[in-house]
Amino acid sequence: MKKVILGDHAVSYGALLSRVQTIAAYPITPQTLIVERLSEMTANGELDAIFTKVESEHSAMASTVGSSAAGARAFTATSAQGLALMHEMLHWAAGARLPIVMANVNRAMAPGWTIWTDQNDSLSARDVGWMQVYCQNNQEVLDSIILGYKVSEQVDLPTMVILDAFVLSHTAEGVDIPDIKKVDEFLPPYKPEIKMDINDPRSFGALTSPDVYMEFRYKMQQAMDKAKKVIVEEGKKFGEMFGREYGLIEEYKTEDADTILIASATVASTARAVIDELREKGEKVGLVRIRVFRPFPTEEIIKVLEGRKKVVVIDRNISFGKTGIFFDEVKGAFYNSKGNKPPMFGYIAGLGGRDVTPKVIREIVEDALNKDKPESEIIWKGVKL
Amino acid sequence: MIEILIHGRGGQGSVKASLALASAASKAGKYVQSFPEFGVERRGAPVKAFNRISDEPIVVRSKIYNPDHVVVLDPTLLHAIDITEGLKEGGWIIINTEKSPDSFTEYTKKFKVATVNATRIAVENHLGSKAAPIVNTAILGAIIRVLKVAGKKDLEEGIKEFVPVKAEANIKAAYEAFDQVKFSKEA
Repeated sequence: MKKVILGDHAVSYGALLSRVQTIAAYPITPQTLIVERLSEMTANGELDAIFTKVESEHSAMASTVGSSAAGARAFTATSAQGLALMHEMLHWAAGARLPIVMANVNRAMAPGWTIWTDQNDSLSARDVGWMQVYCQNNQEVLDSIILGYKVSEQVDLPTMVILDAFVLSHTAEGVDIPDIKKVDEFLPPYKPEIKMDINDPRSFGALTSPDVYMEFRYKMQQAMDKAKKVIVEEGKKFGEMFGREYGLIEEYKTEDADTILIASATVASTARAVIDELREKGEKVGLVRIRVFRPFPTEEIIKVLEGRKKVVVIDRNISFGKTGIFFDEVKGAFYNSKGNKPPMFGYIAGLGGRDVTPKVIREIVEDALNKDKPESEIIWKGVKL
Repeated sequence: MIEILIHGRGGQGSVKASLALASAASKAGKYVQSFPEFGVERRGAPVKAFNRISDEPIVVRSKIYNPDHVVVLDPTLLHAIDITEGLKEGGWIIINTEKSPDSFTEYTKKFKVATVNATRIAVENHLGSKAAPIVNTAILGAIIRVLKVAGKKDLEEGIKEFVPVKAEANIKAAYEAFDQVKFSKEA
């Protein structure tokens, strides 16, 4: 059934179709609509779940960790300062190897006080052991929640499904809402091997001596490696069942491209129009969208970029004192690779919700096309100083 | 692809109109986007809502700066803001007013004007109050007639979905506006 819905409500439908059993949440703009709709769905009996209002995001994740450890399919959603407040608990969720799925609406961090989009909130949670999926439209948002549980429950790591504030969260578009029976076929009920059970007492989160801690971390990394395969396999299966396939990266007109533009989330969506425009002018440009940021698609990126003449990365984020974060990671992926390393241009654009229009993207690509190599490691687009 | 900008005032239902229009166009088989001005909305202040409608999937996700057509929910906005800002030449301006399209000589050189007395239609259908009539559904009838982005039945569904309260009266208002809208030139 096709329905015109907001990105936030695409998340709610994704959770409904995944038959989540617990939702613990605290409201924050622009996320609130997600859990508001889920509370309605729970209240009217559409969704058989326990909805818990908590007093902070830290508690939201703590509660979610608890219910997931007890064997429930657990969901929550947050944004920006809320994600920052639950940071400690993000480590708990991943370290305890719990297949929680959470939606994070990408909102810039305060101060200055803001509600508009950029990626610094989720990227500040880069190293907590969560998988991160950046979505480009509302359909992908809905599908990625279902896929998130499917993958997480196989690798025992949590998934963060990420959507841009307002550009997706408050934008309505046509979304195909799959039949729940078909989703049931794709995503069977969660049945963990180990869970908190009063009839089978175990110790969770016990003191972990230097003797064994490192092995737990090694296993988390192994799970991330495994996730790369599982994400691709399940993305294919999803495609066979629902007609929409998802992978780690997405290529657009890359085949004969000399220059590759790399972007993520909705910037990558808008960039398609720019690629078409530049192609009409005879420029051999293509686009790679990084969909999954953790686990990072190192091999896929190297494969698609090797031998190209130029690589242009647009970051809607910044690691202060370094560069854009996607740029840094793409560059890092290359260091030990053999073969030709193309010059890479790293642009910062759209922080704090500044609009990334086709014109902005076109000027970025044209700037890189006009230069042999970047003049600096970080190029700011549109700063008015 | 066409891009539409709806000018209204906070509380008039511009966003609901944009959503119902998107839903109607989607039901007519189009790809759609509907979004508000991102941020905070104040009651009574000028607000905008946006639509993209296309036969192809829509990939552009920036705001709309150069709309193909504009819709004006509140005639007092005509003197308060420049409603033609960024509007493409030859585009439609659909205005809620009792005046005829020909009286808008300041617009008719560069643009096409359509007018409909959505305020009277809303009052007659008891939508909102006499002092603050809710004109957002009436204007939708005029929009689909002029821009031909959806059929009447599609609009009926769109209104039921996004304006479920008093849906019947809202649909009736939309149909009346569909019949009563006046054009300066056919599209």
